[in-house]
Amino acid sequence: MLAPLAEEAPAIMDQRVIDIAGLSLNFVTADGPVQALSGIDLAIERGEFVSFIGPSGCGKTTLLRAIADLETPTSGAIRVNGMSPEEARSRRAYGYVFQAPALYPWRNIARNIGLPLEIMGFSAQERAARVARGLELVNLTGFGKKFPWQLSGGMQQRASIARALSFDPDLLLMDEPFGALDEIVRDKLNEQLLRLWDLTRKTVLFVTHSIPEAVFLSTRIVVMSPRPGRVHDVIDCAFPRDRSLDIRETPQFLEIANRVRQGLREGHSYED
Amino acid sequence: MKNSLPIAFIVAVLIALWYVAAVFMNLSLQRDLFANGGRADVSFGETAIAALNMDRPKLPAPHQIVGELYRTVLDTPVTSKRSLVHHALVTLQETLLGFAIGAALGIGLAVLIVHVGLLEKSMMPWVVASQTIPIIALAPMIVVILNQFDITGILPKAVIAAYLSFFPVTVGIVKGLRSPDPLQMDLMRTYSASRAQTFFKLRAPASAPFFFASMKVAVAAALVGAVVAEVTKSEDGGLGARLLAGSYYGQTVQIWAALFAAAALSATLVSLIGLADQLVARRMGAAR
Amino acid sequence: MSPRALGNLAPPALFGAMVLVAWEAIVRFFHVPVVILPAPTAIFVRFTHSIPTLAADFMQTIQGALAGYIIGSAAGLLVAIAIDRSGFLQRGLLPLGNLVSALPIVGVAPIMVMWFGFDWQSKAAVVVVMTFFPMLVNAVAGLSSAGAMECDLMKTYGASYSQTLMKLRLPAALPFIFNALKLNTTLAMIGAIVAEFFGTPTVGMGFRISTEVGHMSIDMVWATIVVAALAGSAFFAAVALAERRATFWHASYRQRAG
Repeated sequence: MLAPLAEEAPAIMDQRVIDIAGLSLNFVTADGPVQALSGIDLAIERGEFVSFIGPSGCGKTTLLRAIADLETPTSGAIRVNGMSPEEARSRRAYGYVFQAPALYPWRNIARNIGLPLEIMGFSAQERAARVARGLELVNLTGFGKKFPWQLSGGMQQRASIARALSFDPDLLLMDEPFGALDEIVRDKLNEQLLRLWDLTRKTVLFVTHSIPEAVFLSTRIVVMSPRPGRVHDVIDCAFPRDRSLDIRETPQFLEIANRVRQGLREGHSYED
Repeated sequence: MKNSLPIAFIVAVLIALWYVAAVFMNLSLQRDLFANGGRADVSFGETAIAALNMDRPKLPAPHQIVGELYRTVLDTPVTSKRSLVHHALVTLQETLLGFAIGAALGIGLAVLIVHVGLLEKSMMPWVVASQTIPIIALAPMIVVILNQFDITGILPKAVIAAYLSFFPVTVGIVKGLRSPDPLQMDLMRTYSASRAQTFFKLRAPASAPFFFASMKVAVAAALVGAVVAEVTKSEDGGLGARLLAGSYYGQTVQIWAALFAAAALSATLVSLIGLADQLVARRMGAAR
Repeated sequence: MSPRALGNLAPPALFGAMVLVAWEAIVRFFHVPVVILPAPTAIFVRFTHSIPTLAADFMQTIQGALAGYIIGSAAGLLVAIAIDRSGFLQRGLLPLGNLVSALPIVGVAPIMVMWFGFDWQSKAAVVVVMTFFPMLVNAVAGLSSAGAMECDLMKTYGASYSQTLMKLRLPAALPFIFNALKLNTTLAMIGAIVAEFFGTPTVGMGFRISTEVGHMSIDMVWATIVVAALAGSAFFAAVALAERRATFWHASYRQRAG
């Protein structure tokens, strides 16, 4: 990234979607206190696609939830769009995609996608228009009247992504959204997600277990160490925005993937 | 333990509200009593206090019920017909016998239903329908029929108690016996386990929580059955007979005291089963 | 009716028919006196000859049963929502509720008659006491049954408490609420009839049963029981149908197809 000119400095500050400083988070459990996150420092700019990867229990989901104001930090600060996570949440600054689709079974797909729009007070016409657009975006046109259990796992997850995008948040938080799906579907969804990102220019935070997925999708990869979660390594990925799955065979890809794997091995202790 | 504070709080609030309600409900009756006795212009305070100590109130005050309980439990010999303990023991006998019969019947029926598919389809709808028949209608008839066969005393009442308690046992145990994961059932099949082995090693232990839950419901239902039966044939005593007598002679406080005794009996029996539940659960390593 | 529905009706219908035939045979063969156990045919004859009386009794009793059912279930649901935000109140009220629902209603009935008089209102009051707590217990369980992920989703939308209640937790609670509604149909019928044993104008199913037992007209008692069983089953079936409509999405319905 080129160094900014002095006059552009305020604009750069506006570019910082997420600003994390010295974040630590402890849980109180039945077995005693657990330190999930320890001293995280991170800055994320607008339009980035940042993946978080690390061993199970390293706190990547906790980090995402803290940004989403679903968990409270014990110490340190998080700013989202310059606001506290709580304010950002009340201003509906982000869309969240969970590991499972979490669609409401008593609503059909169209009404599920429209759920946040209902809560945020969009008019019926506006809702209908956005739902139609969302269905198109994730290739589910024509499935609006179906119920969640009538759809496959991959389609349900696509619907939940459409739901997260329906109210047009600039920030997308995704917690292992494709983890439960098979490889073929996963590849397809990775491509679609990338196309979406390219189209909509959103900032995406993506938690994953899969090294190829992280390297394929991201502009930056944050490798985390096991509990207590720390930032072990931050790797830049300079692939073009409109990449295809073929790049997974290129030497650059393999190099970055190896670096990620290295970082995971270094941080990982087999004593757990 | 964290449950006892909220319960104590709610009970305290309820008792306070009860006193207020008692004053208001008995007020007009008490005023009439004063007027008939030639006393006019009695202060509100005095009327209120008198309303809380009436002989035949619309709603007895809590201390009146406690007083009646004290009198009939502690101040009366257990052998006397006036002793609440005597009546409670009569009801307890019928309840326990009925519960035993009902539980045995329910378990037997449940085991049959789980192993013989046709039984469930043909019998269950009728079993369900049987529960819509008000037992208080059948109770006198059952007592009469059994009397013809010279079965008297606590047995007919136990039969009625059994009638009410077998259904929750059947439903609960069927659910429990069917509760093991299909994966675990498949495992048994890979061992070529016989039906009996599968029953004793998998189905029965898996149904433990359902077993105890339905036993709790069954014992409470058996108590209700015993009380209902006593209402229809009250010569042999019991808490139901006390309720009936109190209702006939307008002895409100007696009714409430008998009701409380029945509730206390029910709560004791249910918590005993709960205790057994926890002991078994601990032995089975569950976190219940 | 679909062949499947017919197939489901056959075994219980056959079983019931067998029982009726055996019953008739036993009564005739052993010359069982009518005062002990009337034959099904005798009951049927009595039934057809007493339709006006039975109808009048039914109308009287159903008033109390329905009024009490609606008030008791609604109150239970409203209180469940009211104490939804307070774990403290829940922990205090629910054990008490379990205790009250175990009280023999034959004790509550004379008290209600004393307070509300002889007519259907006292019967409704008894039914309210009986139906309130099953609904309360089930509704509380239902309101807490919404998944953690689904609740977090609402948080990410910045949804208010009432939005979360109306759009997530109440729909998720419907299966539990209907469970209580089904259970309450039997409780309502039984409560209204039993309450009539303790004081009623000279009409009503409970009244009919108690007086006819006194007259030793056991066939009339059985005729009334048939009406009670039919009414109770119809009431239950109606609620079950409503349940199917409102909770078609629930897993328990989908399993049946597979």
